[in-house]
Amino acid sequence: MEVAAIFLPLLAAFIAGLFGRWIGDRGAQIVTCGALILSAAISVFLFIDVGLHGHNRVIELFTFIASGTFEVSWALRFDSLTVVMLIVVTVVSAAVHVYSVGYMAHDHHKPRFMAYLSLFTFFMLMLVTANNFVQLFFGWEGVGLCSYLLIGFWYEKPSACSAAMKAFIVNRVGDFGFALGIAAVFVLFGSVDFATVFAKAPSLAGQSFTFLSWQADALTVTCLLLFMGAMGKSAQLGLHTWLPDAMEGPTPVSALIHAATMVTAGVFMVARLSPMFEYAPIALGVVTVVGAATALIAGTIGMTQFDIKRVIAYSTMSQLGYMFFACGVSAYGAGIFHLLTHGFFKALLFLGAGSVIHAMSDEQDMRNMGGIWKLIPFTYGVMWVGSLALAGIPIFAGFYSKDAILEAAFASGTELGAFAFWVGVGAALLTAFYSWRLLFLTFHGKPRANERVMAHVHESPLVMTIPLGVLALGSIFAGMLFAPILIGEHRGDFWQGSLVVLGNHDSIEAAHHGLPAWIEHQPLIAGLSGIFIAFLCYVMIPDLPGKFVRLFRPLHNFFLRKWYFDELYDAMLVKPALVLGRGLWKTGDGAIIDGFGPDGVAARTRAAAARAASLESGYVFHYAFAMVIGLVVIITWFFVRG
Amino acid sequence: MAGWPILSLTTFLPLVGAAFILMIRGEPDVVIRNSRNVALWTTLVTFLLSLFIWINFDPTTAAFQMVEKADWIPAFKISYHMGVDGISMLFVILSTFLMPLCILASWDSIKVHVKEYMVAFLILETMMVGMFCALDFLAFYMFFEGVLIPMFVIIGIWGGPRRVYSAFKFFLYTLLGSVLMLLAILVIYFITGTTDIPTALAAKISPSLQFWLWLAFFASFAVKVPMWPVHTWLPDAHVEAPTAGSVILAGVLLKMGGYGFLRFSIPMLPEASAYFTPLIYTLGVIAIIYTSLVALAQEDMKKLIAYSSVAHMGYVTIGMFTLTMQGVQGSIIQMLSHGVVSAALFLIVGVVYDRLHSRDIARYGGLVNNMPKYAVVFMVMMLASVGLPGTSGFVGEFLVIIGTFQANTWVAFLTASGVVLGCTYMLWLYRRVIFGKLIHDDARAMPDLSLREILVFAPLIVVVLWMGVYPSSFLNVTSASVANLIHNYQTALAESGAMVLAGR
Repeated sequence: MEVAAIFLPLLAAFIAGLFGRWIGDRGAQIVTCGALILSAAISVFLFIDVGLHGHNRVIELFTFIASGTFEVSWALRFDSLTVVMLIVVTVVSAAVHVYSVGYMAHDHHKPRFMAYLSLFTFFMLMLVTANNFVQLFFGWEGVGLCSYLLIGFWYEKPSACSAAMKAFIVNRVGDFGFALGIAAVFVLFGSVDFATVFAKAPSLAGQSFTFLSWQADALTVTCLLLFMGAMGKSAQLGLHTWLPDAMEGPTPVSALIHAATMVTAGVFMVARLSPMFEYAPIALGVVTVVGAATALIAGTIGMTQFDIKRVIAYSTMSQLGYMFFACGVSAYGAGIFHLLTHGFFKALLFLGAGSVIHAMSDEQDMRNMGGIWKLIPFTYGVMWVGSLALAGIPIFAGFYSKDAILEAAFASGTELGAFAFWVGVGAALLTAFYSWRLLFLTFHGKPRANERVMAHVHESPLVMTIPLGVLALGSIFAGMLFAPILIGEHRGDFWQGSLVVLGNHDSIEAAHHGLPAWIEHQPLIAGLSGIFIAFLCYVMIPDLPGKFVRLFRPLHNFFLRKWYFDELYDAMLVKPALVLGRGLWKTGDGAIIDGFGPDGVAARTRAAAARAASLESGYVFHYAFAMVIGLVVIITWFFVRG
Repeated sequence: MAGWPILSLTTFLPLVGAAFILMIRGEPDVVIRNSRNVALWTTLVTFLLSLFIWINFDPTTAAFQMVEKADWIPAFKISYHMGVDGISMLFVILSTFLMPLCILASWDSIKVHVKEYMVAFLILETMMVGMFCALDFLAFYMFFEGVLIPMFVIIGIWGGPRRVYSAFKFFLYTLLGSVLMLLAILVIYFITGTTDIPTALAAKISPSLQFWLWLAFFASFAVKVPMWPVHTWLPDAHVEAPTAGSVILAGVLLKMGGYGFLRFSIPMLPEASAYFTPLIYTLGVIAIIYTSLVALAQEDMKKLIAYSSVAHMGYVTIGMFTLTMQGVQGSIIQMLSHGVVSAALFLIVGVVYDRLHSRDIARYGGLVNNMPKYAVVFMVMMLASVGLPGTSGFVGEFLVIIGTFQANTWVAFLTASGVVLGCTYMLWLYRRVIFGKLIHDDARAMPDLSLREILVFAPLIVVVLWMGVYPSSFLNVTSASVANLIHNYQTALAESGAMVLAGR
């Protein structure tokens, strides 16, 4: 049955993908949605069985790669961490599948779309149930492939094709580190099985090995290489440029892949590898700094964007930053908890945005929206729910998880933890600000769309609103429901060793022992202030933002242009690679190698051959001739030596 | 089956088919149809026959199996000696597997001299299979060089407009290397007094002589692989060769170099191999990075894939010279995978070339609209080429990186950069050919894959996924021989190290 939960989506993807022509659009939708709902049901059961009753298990399927001592199996690992991920992945995926039936109603390639979504879910499930690094990598690259396919789903749009390629290639940069990291793990531990590696990790703490030309701490280097993979997949600073562009894909894809599941794989990886990271404090420090910096910088960019999906995309990046610095301060449980709640409310926000876009005849620019809240009240309502959860307002899901992260960061007692806390509070203010900026710009004020669009604004069909409702329930209740289990006093009973935290690193525990009241209230104050500023800027005094922009023109441009990362990479990497490629081809291969090699020799030979004889011009002759010469040379040589 | 000379049967059956084709007489149409049919049936039967080699193969031993031995020229201690081990067996299968697909792929696209074309391919098959089975230097050398003749003819007669230049370049390169290898073989003959390969493998050769012999073999194998900087014949040869010619060239002929290193250089010349390992690493890394960048700049589909082959073979050479279990097995898997994947990619180019007679990337675009099946096949092979897990390309590449990391982290680091570059040029190719809008009317008019073409690609896709999901079928075959190879290599190095110490 566990196996069915994982492979049903694959089966559905095959059926919809290969036989879509025969079973029709409706058939493909029924098969894929049915498989996903079934899979989600099994996942809930597994959560109860494994997570709450502690029946951990590993199901070995068959050998994958066996070469010498390098042995890898296909296996499904079900432990507490896995089942939490299963819930997020299958529930959000099922919601997105159903939603897509409505959202993609006018598309001509429905079976293909559904097949990709199901295939993605399969790879994601393989990723979270991996029992070794190689299967993790399999799922990792597999979800990357599906992300590529889905971003480029509308393949006639050049921007979609470019965005798809960018996503794949930037992720490959991360995977370059990941692959080397796996190699390092194998060299260090003699195995790539999680159980073996984790058991051995403590004994390797502090050991060093030679990496490139330097002597370095073995676990630190290994963890950082692996973290590079996580940075690519989870769009952390430096390898984040693909995520905003990925919004070229259909909106359900953004909700499933680029918000709730795939991009959180990096966080999952760090949490899964907590038994290694715990013994590599420098690596944890890097994770904290990268996470915190991403949280803040993404916030600054999100503040200035006008594309509704891009705003949410930057918000995702920012929230992923929170999850990472939670892991960085050893509050893995809080990071995964935020992953769970974020999965619900961010998918909700994206699908809600999709509903807006759907209503606005595919308009995505918030400057062309406004004044539609009465026309699409349900969507408006769920967007509020999503935003409240995102901003961390009490009783909503994000409140529990975000607070837990920030408190743990402060309670960790380290300087990096304090840094992450304050940066996180700053980012929380930005989060609340851009969320309400989005709400006000999209739904309130005077309508800025043309009349034809406005006349057409309509609430989405039931097949879209029901999934929104499910996710909205998750966004409200997931926090209070899961907080006691995942980060409460008895969290150890739940995690059962699937997360390892050293005694003196336990920042969640430290946070439980009470923090100064003024610290505890910081996130909420930040969130409320953000909302208030947004209200001020976009409702009370609508010309205020314009004044700010004029006053801080260079800074605003810097944020608006996304800190010039794209331009930098283009100038430093993309263009040089193309110029170099061309140069090596024309000059290296053409002028130098061929010029001095075959072409040069050929010119000489032709001249010589013309002089020597006019017997025959066939090349077979030359060949035989040279063979004879060769023989003569050898035999002579032997006589001389002889 | 045990008593049958199965290797000889597999080797020479295609020659029988060739003889049949030569005997066909009658109306031109009938001759063409019959030659095609005979060629297809011969290659199919040969493939089925070769599967018995796999079935009979005992993966637990490193010894040569299914050995056939007969005196040939006793006066010179030359014998007819055939046998396979874990290193060569799968290459035999690869050759026989690709052959029927080549015949099918040439079904309609070859219109002139069909009879001769089929004969050339059947002779080529005999040479290739013989080369991988031969255990006597004379036979090996004859097969090794013999491969060139039908290939030369195939490029020269059924090739593109610049075939003369390409064939010339192809020859100049391979010839230079072959002469040096012949020289080395003769030296070995004078030392051991026999042309028997297993005997020669066991012979102890002094390190100073090993140095020169290694270079002589290297000259031949490096051109075949091809390694940077002797790779420039490959793009030209591929561009001018007919589709099936490219398939065999990339699928099997390039593997002859790698096979040569594993069969001769490493076991026979261990000290020299150890000495030259840094050279191989350097050339391998340059091949991966340099040719990947060059591939990025290509406008011609076949050239792009040809350059990608050079990069992939960079992994192969690096992997085998790490002399780790993972590195060597990875390089063998990478060779097999590349044999299937690059063959498929050339067939993929062939499909559109047959329809539009252009290899220019800019002539296409948006083909997913009118050729969805084609787009799927291309996608699978592109992903295999970039080494996506679950496809054959991943297993080889990944094992090589694992093996290399144990040997030298710098090399591993640079080798792994190919992971990024490799996906860049392939995705860029795919995006330009398949995605986008259909802008050219003639491209719009192209029909999707025919049943014959689907029959060609289906087995390739099955093998790519099989090798990607359950590579154990292949790794099991090679493991005993590779373990033995590494063991002997290390023993030899340890002994010579001991001798050096004793001499001090």
